Order: sequence, then C-alpha cells, then structure tokens
Amino acid sequence: MTVISAQNLDLTFQTNDGPVHALKGVSLDIEKGDFVSFIGPSGCGKTTFLRCMADLEQPTGGAISVNGTTPEAARKARAYGYVFQAAGLYPWRTIGRNISLPLEIMGYSRGDIAERVARTLDLVELAGFEKKFPWQLSGGMQQRASIARALAFDADLLLMDEPFGALDEIVRDHLNEQLLQLWARTEKTIAFVTHSIPEAVYLSTRIVVMSPRPGRITDVIESTLPKERPLDIRESSEFLEIAHRVRDGLRAGHAYD
Amino acid sequence: MRSGLPVLSVLAVIVGVWYLAVAPMNVRVALDQAERADAVIVPEGSVPRRDVSVWRLMLDNSDYVALGYALERPRLPTPGQVGAELWKTTGEMIAKGRPFSKRGLIYHGWITLQSTLWGFLLGTTLGIVGAVAIVYSRTAQLSLMPWAIISQTIPIVALAPMIIVLSSQVGVEGRGLPKAIISAYLCFFPVLVGMVKGLRAPLPAQLDLLRTYNASGLQSFLRLRLPASLPYLFTSLKIGIAAALVGTIVGELPTGAISGLGARILIGDQFGTPLAIWSALFAAAILAGALVTLLDLVQRLTLKRMGLA
Repeated sequence: MTVISAQNLDLTFQTNDGPVHALKGVSLDIEKGDFVSFIGPSGCGKTTFLRCMADLEQPTGGAISVNGTTPEAARKARAYGYVFQAAGLYPWRTIGRNISLPLEIMGYSRGDIAERVARTLDLVELAGFEKKFPWQLSGGMQQRASIARALAFDADLLLMDEPFGALDEIVRDHLNEQLLQLWARTEKTIAFVTHSIPEAVYLSTRIVVMSPRPGRITDVIESTLPKERPLDIRESSEFLEIAHRVRDGLRAGHAYD
Repeated sequence: MRSGLPVLSVLAVIVGVWYLAVAPMNVRVALDQAERADAVIVPEGSVPRRDVSVWRLMLDNSDYVALGYALERPRLPTPGQVGAELWKTTGEMIAKGRPFSKRGLIYHGWITLQSTLWGFLLGTTLGIVGAVAIVYSRTAQLSLMPWAIISQTIPIVALAPMIIVLSSQVGVEGRGLPKAIISAYLCFFPVLVGMVKGLRAPLPAQLDLLRTYNASGLQSFLRLRLPASLPYLFTSLKIGIAAALVGTIVGELPTGAISGLGARILIGDQFGTPLAIWSALFAAAILAGALVTLLDLVQRLTLKRMGLA
C-alpha cells in the first residue's frame, strides 16, 4: 500500500530576491512499512518536502497524497506524528504532560491518556521520568520524549525532521539503534530527514538523495542491508558500499554549481 | 537574604545624605525662629539674610544650625520627623482604637488602595483583551497599537480633571470611578505591551506542532500562547500596579478630592504642613512597595509551580 505519493511536486517561495525553487519536479512513492531517509545539503528541499507531506507547506505545482487523501485531510485525521529538529517540549509541562498534550487536544479520555503516556514512555525508555520537567533531562532524553509525544496517538506514519541533528555522536548512535527497534516493533512508516550519511544508511530501507537549486531528487537507493541491524553492521563492506553510493549521489548533485 | 546588605547600604547612604541636607535646607527658617526668641543672628533680619548663602549663614551662626532639625514646619523634615509623623497617623491611631479615623493615613491609604485596585483590574483587563486582539487580528494591530502608544504621550495631569468633569456630566457620583479610570489609563499600557510580546513568544515550530495535531485556535491559545505569556505578564503586572497607584494619586491631586493620599499631599501643600506631605508620600511609596512585593510573591509561586523558575 502506498502511504505517500508525490508526482512532479513543485514548490516556489516568492522572496524579495526573486523566486526560490525549493522543490522542482519531485516524484516519489513511499510504501507502508518503509523507512525512507532524505539526505542532501542544506537548501535541497528535504525539510520542505517533509513539510509538504505534513500540510505545513503548500506545494505550488504537482500532486501529493497521504494515505490516499490530501495532506490536509490526513493532517485533520491526525494521520501522522511529526518530530521536529528541536525537541520543543513545553517547559511548563512535565514530561508526562508533554506527551499527553496531543491526547488532550484530540479529546482522549483521562484513563486512556494515562495508559498511553505510560506505554509510550516505556517505548522510548523514559519510564520513571514522567514527573520531571524538560530542563531536568539531557538533550537526548528530551528528544526521546518528543518522539514519545509523536507516538502517543498511534499514527501509522512518523515524519522526522533531523531529530538527532543537534545531539552528539554517542547519543545519536544510541538513539538510532533505539529508533530501529521501535520501527521494527511498531511497523510504522517513517520518513526521516538527515544530513548524516551513516545515519541514513544505518536506518533506512530506502535512501533518497536530493540536491539544491532547484531542490530535486537525484538518486533513490534501495538498501540491501537486513532488517536486523546491530551497530557494528556499519563496518561491513555492504554498508560501506551503500554509503559510497550515497556519497557519489551527493557529489553528482553538486557537480554543476 | 543575600540582597539585604546592598539594599541596606544604599538606604543608609540615602538617609545619611538626607540628614546632611536638612541643615542647609532649614537654616533660614531656624535662624528666623531663633531671632524671634531674641538670639543674636549675623546678619540681623530675615530680609538681609536672603542675600547671604546658606553656607555662610551656617558658618556664622553655627550655634543655631541644630534648631533646623526640630522645626515644626521645616522646609525639609528629617527622616526621624517623617517616621514619627507616619507613626502618629497610623500605629498610634490603631493604639487609640480609631484606626480608620479620617485624620489617619490608614483611612486615606485605604481610599487610594481601593481606586488603585479597581484601576488595576480595569487596566489589566483592557491590556490583556487588547493584546489578544492585536496578536490575533492584523486589523486590530494596525488600528489599536498606534493609539495605545499615543495615549501614553498625553500628560495624565492634564487629562485627569477632564475625566472627572466628564464623568460627573454623565451622572457618575463620587470620585471612585473616575479615579479608577485615570489609574487604568496609566496601567493598561505596560500590560498590553508585555502581553503582546508574551503571546508572540511561542516559536514557529511550537505553533507548527499544534497544527499537526489539528488543534483549534482556542486550544492553541489556552495550551501554548497563554502559558508562554505568563512570565511576561507578571513583569508587566508589577509595572502596571505601580503605574495604577501613581494614576490614582494624580487623580486625587487636581480634582478637589478630600480623601486619599493624593488629597493629603495637596492639602498638606495648601496648609503649609510639610510633614503631612512627606508622610503621605512615604505612605504611597510603602503601599506601592507592598503591592509590587505581593505580585512578586504570586509570580514566584506560580512560575515555580509551572516549573519555569
């Protein structure tokens, strides 16, 4: 089943310096259960593409559907969870109450909320931190809490915009491993924006390489790695080969500027 | 308290300078009084003395300088005299069992406090409602904000009598309401400005997040904008309540009011009783300090409960 389908998508921002082509002729299908990473230099439109899926930006041309409907209808049906680059937890809410925020807005019952908060905290290994305020947690833990917040209402689609971009390498490795386990357990479809090649290769079933001015897709790489991926798979020749293809794709995108 | 020592040091300096200033300020009155009591003053007579500097007078008549510290109607009373007058019009009244006597500052302070609180309530409400309108409607932003700024450039002393006259024309009895309006006029502005800033404090990503939940406007307001604005609101409220008190006192000054701290200041001026002016002035300062401290306490408790402090 196709979860996201984009055909010939264009998005042009009108700025004072003239039009900026954030997306130009972008076509891509994401199947259910896929883990798709978008990689490319800044300005290549990867975040813009993700925001189009979330109905946070309106494309100026082409067509995009989410779950077979428009992004707007999907957003209104709360079809996806979105994780931003900054955890963006509300400082005046405890971790538990941050995770219950979408549930309160969506009108879940009190008992249901308590049960879901406990379950998702468990899922991101933050059980016991429910009563803590965000500033009492490390950056990595805050980002895990923000993932729990996106998972709390059981959307089948997870849109993640460089969620680990601001974290150090060690924490990032750990969270990558956890995210893979979570993806295997929940069988969600994940669209994941990153600018780290190892991260993209380690996590994805498919890697979409993009390039800037205008933002477009230059290569789509199917991963041949098994679904079970210990961290040391990153030293295997298969992994390095895929990483090499990604790097080649990125370089090709830069060739004419 | 850590902040105690610096505050007390500054207070000590102020009191010290004040005591030193009393001698030159009061020397002429003191010498006039001594001359009437048959003392020999150089030069003789208060008219020739006008051409002599206070420093010269103090040097030539050093025996009588001390009199300046115990005058009944000094140009500048000593801190001790002001303190004694404050005590006489408050604590002593309570001791006598007549705390609300019209001769005491408790009664007048209460009158002023009432108007201040009404004005504060009115001004704060206006400020918050105005800020919400400005944040949510571009039309309101373009039409309200310039007027809010212009309103603060009009001297309140000029406006206060007009408000009193106009409100009596439409049949409003007493001075309570017009005073509250004058006080609200000063108080709404800091609340409006602070609240606009506070309601706009949420980051674009935080607003996007609520959009991904398909949250309604009311939900975003109650769950994001309002809590995000509270630290700004409290800061504004502390400025606002001090402004409301100033507004009330100004409302009592030029309007023929007979009760309230402002009226005491004016009457003290007309009857030449500087002690009454100074004690009313200090009563107002103490009242403002108490109100701001109270709001500060509420702020600390609220923000602490919200995990923000």
